[in-house]
This record gives sequence, structure tokens and C-alpha cells, in this order.
Amino acid sequence: MSLPNAAHTTVTELAAGLATKRFSALELTDGLLAKIAAAQPVLNAFVSVDPDGARAAAKAADAARAKGEGGSLTGIPIAHKDLFMTEGLRTTCSSKMLEHFVAPYDAHVVTALKQAGTVLLGKTAMDEFAMGSSTETSFFGVVRNPWQPDFVPGGSSGGAAVAVAAGLVPAATGSDTGGSIRQPSSFCGVTGIKPTYGICSRHGMIAFASSLDQAGPIARSAEDCALLLTAMAGHDARDATSLPHPKEDYRRELVKPAAAKPLAGVRVGLPEIFFGDGVDALVVAAVEAALAELRALGAVTVPVALPNIGYSVPIYYVLAPAEASSNLSRLDGVRYGHRAARYTDLLDMYKKSRAEGFGDEVKRRVLVGTYVLSHGYYDAYYLKAQKVRRLIADDYQAAFALCDVILGPTVPTTAPRLGTQSQDPIKMYLNDIFTIGANMAGLPAMSVPCGFAPNGLPIGLQLQGPYFSEARLLNIAHRFQQVTDWHRRAPKEVGHA
Amino acid sequence: MRNWEIVIGLETHAQLSTAAKLFSGASTAFGAAPNTQASAIDLALPGTLPVANRGAVERAIRFGLAVGATVNTTSIFARKNYFYPDLPHGYQISQFEQPVVQGGELTITTSAGQKTVRLTRAHLEADAGKSLHEDFHGMSGIDLNRAGTPLLEIVTEPDMTSAEEAIAYAKALHALVRWIGICDGNMQEGSFRCDANVSVRRPGEPLGTRCEIKNLNSFRFMEKAIAFEVRRQIELIEDGGKVAQETRLFDPDTGETRSMRSKEDAHDYRYFPDPDLPPLVIGEDWIARVKSEMPELPAAMAARFVSDYALPAYDAGQLTYSLGFARYFETAVGIVGKANAKPVANWMLGELSAALNRHEIEIEDAPIPPEQLAALVARVQDGTLSNKGGKEVFEALWQNGDRSAEAIDRLIAERGLQQISDIGALETIVDEVLAQHPAVVAEFRAGKEKAFNSLVGQIMKASRGKANPAQVNELLKKKL
Repeated sequence: MSLPNAAHTTVTELAAGLATKRFSALELTDGLLAKIAAAQPVLNAFVSVDPDGARAAAKAADAARAKGEGGSLTGIPIAHKDLFMTEGLRTTCSSKMLEHFVAPYDAHVVTALKQAGTVLLGKTAMDEFAMGSSTETSFFGVVRNPWQPDFVPGGSSGGAAVAVAAGLVPAATGSDTGGSIRQPSSFCGVTGIKPTYGICSRHGMIAFASSLDQAGPIARSAEDCALLLTAMAGHDARDATSLPHPKEDYRRELVKPAAAKPLAGVRVGLPEIFFGDGVDALVVAAVEAALAELRALGAVTVPVALPNIGYSVPIYYVLAPAEASSNLSRLDGVRYGHRAARYTDLLDMYKKSRAEGFGDEVKRRVLVGTYVLSHGYYDAYYLKAQKVRRLIADDYQAAFALCDVILGPTVPTTAPRLGTQSQDPIKMYLNDIFTIGANMAGLPAMSVPCGFAPNGLPIGLQLQGPYFSEARLLNIAHRFQQVTDWHRRAPKEVGHA
Repeated sequence: MRNWEIVIGLETHAQLSTAAKLFSGASTAFGAAPNTQASAIDLALPGTLPVANRGAVERAIRFGLAVGATVNTTSIFARKNYFYPDLPHGYQISQFEQPVVQGGELTITTSAGQKTVRLTRAHLEADAGKSLHEDFHGMSGIDLNRAGTPLLEIVTEPDMTSAEEAIAYAKALHALVRWIGICDGNMQEGSFRCDANVSVRRPGEPLGTRCEIKNLNSFRFMEKAIAFEVRRQIELIEDGGKVAQETRLFDPDTGETRSMRSKEDAHDYRYFPDPDLPPLVIGEDWIARVKSEMPELPAAMAARFVSDYALPAYDAGQLTYSLGFARYFETAVGIVGKANAKPVANWMLGELSAALNRHEIEIEDAPIPPEQLAALVARVQDGTLSNKGGKEVFEALWQNGDRSAEAIDRLIAERGLQQISDIGALETIVDEVLAQHPAVVAEFRAGKEKAFNSLVGQIMKASRGKANPAQVNELLKKKL
């Protein structure tokens, strides 16, 4: 057996290793379980690890491959963000509220990846109920950036991005409500895509803000993301917002042989605001260097305007908390989840259970959401925000008349130090300014590694495209990754196997 | 009560007769063991999502068409947020700003004649579960079987001016929702329940402050509750007081309403469009299909009964009380012919209705099918049976449950119920009676009219009740 170092190996390469029997799925799984155990005390990327389930799934995958069955994901270890319901496994949303909650069914995405033959190693940490962009709000402790453990990994899918970046899994699922796949991908130097709203069923994905939440993969490369997304996507009658969009092979563009100018004719739109004040100079420099590569591949750049994108952060912090305040009402201590040990009456039980079960950031958003939906404020906040949301979506439609994709930094900065933003929520919220727009409009968007800051922290660029343009985004990222190696870099290993 | 005007509006929750719930696949059947009909969606488990039941939507469309309302091609499901243990999500999915049905009207009949009650709207919503406060020693039990059951909430304008009108409306609505097959109308099981908004005012004054009486699940309770509430409000105002806007509950034991919560305590429901459910889009083709499948509505059918069968309007109205009743009538008339429509109506509104009421069953479950009633009517009409004999046969059929066509003739034979209509046989009996009672005959001839009846009685007795009374009368007149 020659077990590869997963930190440097893609799903595609692992699948080839499994197919040629260089190693078995069980060996791969055991190796990664050992790595997870070693890294956990430092990185804390996982909320739960399921060695027994993983080894059983790995054996089944090996058996399938031995019979000549299975596909490109058979035997590939993965991890699910801990807001995907996983039957028989704890599903906590990184919250005390669901600390002991064992899911009785699988989310659509979980079922889809199970059917594709993947091996689930465990559940990754996140900001509590996906509310945050640093994974510091997890009830189970902060998660650290594998490149610099004193820095945040981003969030809310921080555990997923860390697990991939640190080579604990080759790929993981995430969810993105305002940038929760893309921002941690950017901070951790991995590739992640949020597809068009409605591409991946939300069935079994615990809701934060239903109209914005969308599942997607985080992996080492665009090609791996394409593989994962192909398995995850598809119409699901159990989710009324799931789109009746036909199944796609998101790798279909990627597998075509590379021409001399594979991006010839691709118009890359550059909104001025994405390169303006408040964006770190070294982030701008890295993204511009990437632009030079894309031009060399044949792409042309055009200026575009997104005049209302500046409103996206305040709009988001009206709409997302509004939906969240209602979505989280079911966590009342009556049927499942945390219930206070002592209470005097029904109201007291509600108050104490929720006060004890939710962390500060969740409480803050539930309060904000309740306020903006209240009688007398609804029109001024919620309704107005919905109107501006429409304007932002219209801006994108106008921009996509001029270009095929929009490009900019995923985040204005690299990852901040642990603890520096949790005291200043407004500053943390502003981190999401470039990512929220895609959620507002329901557009696909992805983050692709494009450099490093002098302190060793990764920088990511973001591609946003029109509805259903995932294959094109992934192809652009793939062609970029064919001529760069930012995505192949790996942090120093932490812990001892 | 004089010099006061009563203003009543009703909100009715009609449980739609779908097999599955409004947003989940769980069964809606009544009476199952607690919490056995609650799916992961009804329990509001994390990650579960609602998907609207097209059957429930179709029933809403049917209702909209039946009352001449606008069926909105786009309507919005909204969340009504509040915390209660039998509301698993912490919100009820309802419709707020854009309901599925808007407008429409319903004609009611009272002692004062006909009146049109305008409908404001009808919207789809999911029912809550049940809290059980007895049996748990200071704790509450929660049964979520009902959670998510589809309801159509039907709201009127404040068009009713008396308890009588309110009851007439509720009954007409009850009959209609059953007629069009969208609700079983079972009030004991809570499938049809009303909230009454009641206010009073002096004539010409603006509307008074209203009180809402919740969850009236029988017509009798509704009548009592409204009557009590009207009296309470009038007395309050006449004593110099003011009516406070509040929600009240009717207590059937005391016959009184009592305050449940005041307007100040009212929830802020924080309605907003449910982001899990896209706007409910109903295509014109869907509406057209439902329209093409609509049964003939009761008013139209009653009018047709008057013109086709020459029935009195009263009979036609009674026969179209339910679709089952009307179909029974038409089936029977189809067999015995239009000429016998009135006798069929008489039998249905007389013996049959009485028996159904006595046994508290629906016409669909009657042991005497329309074919058999038709045969019975035919036997009475052709003189084989007297009316009295017919009633005896009816009762026997009801008891023995023999639904065969021969059952009637067999009973007639077994019980010797056949009337003597043979003139020769009758004449013999008449002659014998006249011979036996010369004194009575003499009395009659002397002008004593009563003596005639006495002779008829003797003849009937002699025939052991089997003589055809009409023929007896005729013969007797001739002979005397």
C-alpha cells in the first residue's frame, strides 16, 4: 500500500488510486481517521467522528469496487457540515440546543452522496446554526485555521474548509447563506462552490435563512467540486424550492482537452467596487495576478457595475435574521433539543431552554429578526429589504448582459486573528460584502485559491455567474488551476498521527 | 333588544377532506392513537420542509367556484408566528395578504326570506395539534395527529344581523362544503367550526366594538353563544359601560361567553411570506378543469326540481339539503317516473327523513336504497298498499335490511297487507255491513252525516283494514 497524503491529493486522484487498487477505501479511511484524531486537539474541525460507520462504508465501497461496481466517488471519504441531517448520527448545528440530537433521517444531499458511494467520516464544526463567518460561535469551541492556528478559518462552514485544507478529508459539504462556503474556502486556501439557489435540495439541511441557504461542496480543486456537485444536485420533490432543473454533469467542460486558449471569448466582468477602498492591497494584487493568468488563457475583461451591492450587507442582516427568527422557533425544548432542567411554567421553560441553548450570536439574530418582522416595523425593514434584494438581483442581470462571469476577491481581507472580530459584529458582517450578493440573487458563485499573504494566509478569488452557469464557473476555475498551483499547496501538518 | 342592531361576521374553519395533510404525507384520519399520525414534517424536526398538497388546493378552488369568488392565480403562504406546545414549528402556515379565494357570496334562507351574505375571502392553512390538559396530573399532553391538517378558513363580511341569520349561513355553508365534497362536515370531530364576530350598535351609528367568540362547533352552541353575547353587550352599554375588543369562549355548561384574552394581550404574529414555499400558482387550465368537474350546485338543482318535477319550492329546497339526498331523489324518480315525483318527495321528507334522524345516520347509509323506496312508492300509488301498509313495509324494510327488489312484495304477502281493491269483493263486504247495521243506515238517511263515517269504520274493520278507503267511500255513497 502506498497511502497518499490527502492534503496534496484530489478526489480525482484518490479515485484513480482506488480504481487501480494502489490502496483500499478502508486503508484510506483508516489513514484519515488517524489524521483527524491527531489534528482534532489543535484544529477542532469536527464535532463528531464516526469511525465505525466510516469503516463499514469503506468496506462496502471496497466490496463494490471489487465487483467492478461503483462510480468515481465510490470509497471517497468525505465529511458533512453538522447542519446536514445524518441518520443515526448526532446533528448539532454546533449548538448546545442540539448537542445530543441524533438525526432520524438523512438529508437529500447526504443520501445522494451516500448513493454515490462516498464514505462519511464525520460532521464538521460550524458557526452555531451557520450564523457567523469565523466558526468562533460554535458551542464546541473555536476552530483554527490550519495555515496559522491563531487565525480564524472563516465560517460558517469553517470546519469543512479546515478539514479539506488540512488534508483530513479530500472533500466536504458546506452550506452558504451569505458566503459560508466561499469565505472559509478563501481563508483556508481551498475551492468551494455555492450553486444556483434550488440546485441542491434543502431537505434535511437545517435552515438558517431558507430563501438564501444553499448546499455546495468544498474540495481541493474545481474538478473535485464538479464531481461532488454532480452527485449532490438534482430535483427533489420534498423541497418546494428545489428547481426542476435536469441533472447535469458539471465536469463536462472540464474533461475536454485543453486548447491553447481554453477561455477564448470568455468575458470577465469586473465591478469597480470589488477592487475599491477597504479591500486589502495584497488581496487586490493577488486577484489581479490571477486576472493576468485568465487573460493569458484567452479571457477578456470588461467593466461592469453593481450599483446596489453596497446595500447587500444591511439587507442581508434584515432578511436572514427575519427568516432565522422564525426557523429557529421550533427549537423550543418541547419535543427535542435542549430543555432547561428547572422552570416554573410554560413561558419560563421556553425562556430558559432557549436562553441556555442558544449562543450570543444566535440570540442577537433572533432578536433582530423578531424586531424587523414586528407590527409597525415590517414595512420599513422586511418589505423594504425585499425590494432592495430585487434591485440587487436586477443589477446582476444587467451586468450579465455585458459579461459571462463576474470576478473579484471573495473577501476584502485574509483571515483575521481569532477573537478580533467576535467583539465587533458589524465589522465581521462587512466581511461578507462581496459574497452576499450571489445569495440575494440566487446566483452560483465560487471561491478559488489565488495566492498567499506574506503571513502565509491564503487569498481567494470569487467567480459569480448567471443562473445555472455552474459548469462554466467550474471550467474557468479548472483552467486557472491547470496553470497555477495555489490549490495544491498544503499547510504544515498539525498534531501527530 | 329594541333599538339595537346586531352585526355578525363569521369565520369558519372547514377541514378539507384530503387523505394527507396540507404540507406532509401523514394521514388526516380522525381518532388514531395520539402522535401516530405525525410525520417528521408535522413534528417540525430540523431540516424538514413543507410541500403543498395539491388536493387541498383543488378543494379551495372548488369552493371558490361554488361561491362565485375569484380564485387567485397567485397566492402566498405566510407564517403566523407564535409559541405554543401544540404548534410544533412555532408558526402556523396560513395565507395572509394574498389568499387563494377572494370574494364570493352565499344565499341564505330565514323566516324573513332570502338574503345574500358576502364572503371576504377563503384561505388555506394548517391546523395545530391538540393540548390535553386532563389526565396528566398537572402536566399537559400533546397530540400532534391534527397538526398540519388542511383547513379552509372562510371569512364573511359583517352581513348577518341576527343569530338566526348566522345559523342559516353556517348551515348553508355546511351543506355547501359537503355538497361539493371538500369537507365531511363532522362537527363533533371538529371538521367544521366557527368563530363569530359579534357587535351591536344603535341604528345609523358606526359599527360597535366587536368580540370574537371562538370555536363554536355546533349550531345550537352558536345560537346560544351569539344570543348571550348580544344580550351581554347591550346590557353593558345600556348600563353605561363599553364593550372591550376581546376574544371570548363559549361555555356550553353555563350557556355564557367569557373573556379569553383582550386585544392588548393579542399576539404580534409577525406574518411574513413562508420562504420554504414558493407562491401558490394556479393555472387557468387547472381552474377550468375543476369547473368542468363541479357538481350541479344546490340552488340550481332546486330550481330544476321545481321546473322538471313540478315540486313546491319548499320540497325542492329540502331535497337539495345534501347531494346524497338529491341524488337519492333523482334515482328514485328515475324509476317510478316524473308523475310520482311528489309522492317520492313526500316519502323522503316524511318517513325517510324521520328514520334517518331517529337513527342518526346519513342517507348514504340508509338501509333502504332509492330503488327500493321507488318500488314502495309504486306499490302505494298503484293501490296495492295503503299508506298505512306502506309505512309498515317501510319500517319492516328498515329493520330487516333486505335491500332486494322482491323484499316489498314478499312483505306484502307475508303480512297480508294487500288492499282489497276488487269491486266485487268490496261490494260483498259493504252489503254485509249495511245489512248488519240497519239502524245506522237509517240515521244517515235521516241526515246524520256522522253515521257515514261509522259505516266506513265498520267496513274497514270487516275487511281487517285491507279495504281501499277511496273505493269504500265511493261504493258506500252509491249504495246509500
